[in-house]
Amino acid sequence: MSRELWKGNEAIAEAAVRAGLEAYFGYPITPQTEILEYLSRRMPKLGRAFLQAESELGAINMVYGAACTGARVMSSSSSPGVSLMMEGLSYIAGTEVPAVLVNVMRGGPGLGNIAPAQGDYNQAVHGGGHGDYPRIVLAPASVQEAIDLMALSFDLAEKYRMITMLILDGSVGQMMEPAEMPEMRSPNRKKFDWATDGALNRDRRVLSSIYLDPLAEEQTNFRLMQRWKEVMANEVRYKEYFLEDAEIVIVGFGTAGRVSLSAVRAARERGIKVGLLRPVTVSPFPYEVLDRLTGQARTFLVVEMNTGQMLEDVRLAVRGRVPVAFYGRTGGVVPFPDEILDEIQRINTEPVSAEADPRQSWLDRMTAIKA
Amino acid sequence: MTIAPNNLVYDRPEAFTDMPTHYCPGCTHGVAHRLIAEVLDEMKVIDRTIGVAPVGCSVFAYNYFDTDFVEAPHGRAPAMATGIKRVLPDRIVFTYQGDGDLASIGMGEIVHAAARGENLTVIFINNANYGMTGGQMAPTTLPGMKTTSSPDGRDVETQGYPIRMAEMLSTLEGVGYCVRRSLHDPKNIRLAKKAIRTAFETQWRGLGFSMVELLSTCPTNWGMTPVNSLKFVEEHMVPAYPLGDYKITDPIKQIKV
Repeated sequence: MSRELWKGNEAIAEAAVRAGLEAYFGYPITPQTEILEYLSRRMPKLGRAFLQAESELGAINMVYGAACTGARVMSSSSSPGVSLMMEGLSYIAGTEVPAVLVNVMRGGPGLGNIAPAQGDYNQAVHGGGHGDYPRIVLAPASVQEAIDLMALSFDLAEKYRMITMLILDGSVGQMMEPAEMPEMRSPNRKKFDWATDGALNRDRRVLSSIYLDPLAEEQTNFRLMQRWKEVMANEVRYKEYFLEDAEIVIVGFGTAGRVSLSAVRAARERGIKVGLLRPVTVSPFPYEVLDRLTGQARTFLVVEMNTGQMLEDVRLAVRGRVPVAFYGRTGGVVPFPDEILDEIQRINTEPVSAEADPRQSWLDRMTAIKA
Repeated sequence: MTIAPNNLVYDRPEAFTDMPTHYCPGCTHGVAHRLIAEVLDEMKVIDRTIGVAPVGCSVFAYNYFDTDFVEAPHGRAPAMATGIKRVLPDRIVFTYQGDGDLASIGMGEIVHAAARGENLTVIFINNANYGMTGGQMAPTTLPGMKTTSSPDGRDVETQGYPIRMAEMLSTLEGVGYCVRRSLHDPKNIRLAKKAIRTAFETQWRGLGFSMVELLSTCPTNWGMTPVNSLKFVEEHMVPAYPLGDYKITDPIKQIKV
């Protein structure tokens, strides 16, 4: 396959098709609508199911139904729409069926705006729907990476009978970049021993998230967490840049990580020993590599397009052994490499206090600039 | 006690499991379940049917039917059923929903499934209250009817008017078959069964969305004996929710059951 110019959202849609997507259910919302539009053209031609649902509630429950049959199924949305899907995600998790959801994140809270943001990290990684459930969350930083992670999303969801979310900000969804598509995989539906596809020549099956007996529900939650242990052991993915001798370690995912890389390169030209860790799986989070880097780094700098959500996971990994600083732009503002370079230079010359609250220090600096 | 086959006049349908139901004495859920099971038996589609259970008293419907079953979030059964049917168009997919589930929280899902003409069958149990949570007011609660959340009787000025689902959905182009029946006496139960069979036949032949609304009893939450509950359906529910065929398209009229 050759490299072609692909728009992020359309690339995701095509990559899903090539990964064997059998059914898509979605609802229009900017900045992800091109996924819906692309699949409305592509899926019917392949004899596969496409449906524009009446709402995100409808869409996620159609995904839930199709997932129960063992079909490869996905939906996509953007922040406010994903909030509406949280009910369905919890049920899908509780029923232990595989499904893929793409969130092309935008500025929030509330209606917010349609500019790129990473404010749904906590919703995706730590919460969202009700009850205890783990989920896999992948965070691509480029169109190519989004393509590559799409097939992986389905494979992981099916392997662990778990939701896989792909979170990217609006800029990755909207930008065009040269990228290479994988070959078309045949969409042969796997024969899962749990799928409710009609009890032909077998005993009937029931898929439900109900465990009326609290002890049975507790056992289910134990089972989900045991499975999560496997995910944590086997599926952590991250990218390392200039980390061999880095004294300052930047941690950023998605676009924040990508912009940080430009800043890291510029700082390296100025002789600053700085590197970047870019988590690709933000759930499972790469705690172990951060633990290792804690032995080498003088300071961590977390860069996000929110008010410091992944920051808490980095702090959990670092456990106060090394100071952690934070820099973020939020509400749909994308940081420039120069801003991050300024932060790197400041940290390089003024030691960061281990006692200071990194979020408050950042907020004080930001509001002082604005004033 | 074993009954000789030639003396057996009444048995469990094959589409039923052996599990006794959890429904209250006198509740017509059991009757509705049995009618569906008999239809699945007659059509010989047990091994190609996927049921979608709702949230409400019939949340455990999946325990009683010997078919594949999934359990939907409250009100979302038509969306889940849509997802199943779109990837398995040659299977029979049906939802079984109460009035809180279908006419309140799930109003969006049912209207759009009907509007799209999804080849699904919906069995809609209207007993004018939320049974499982203890008898609260539903969209179908009659004016003046006392419930635990309309203790002085439903006041239409502040709590609105009942919703007539069969009439409402019958206005939609995608609907093939939409009728209302009642379960309050043997004659009406026979008519209900015929309607359920026609609804499933509608789906089997790909003739569009089908729904049978069934007026049902809730002796426990109505605070009535089972017999008085049946009288209440006849005297109060039927006048408010007239029985009848609200939409039967021409190809469906040709179906003989």
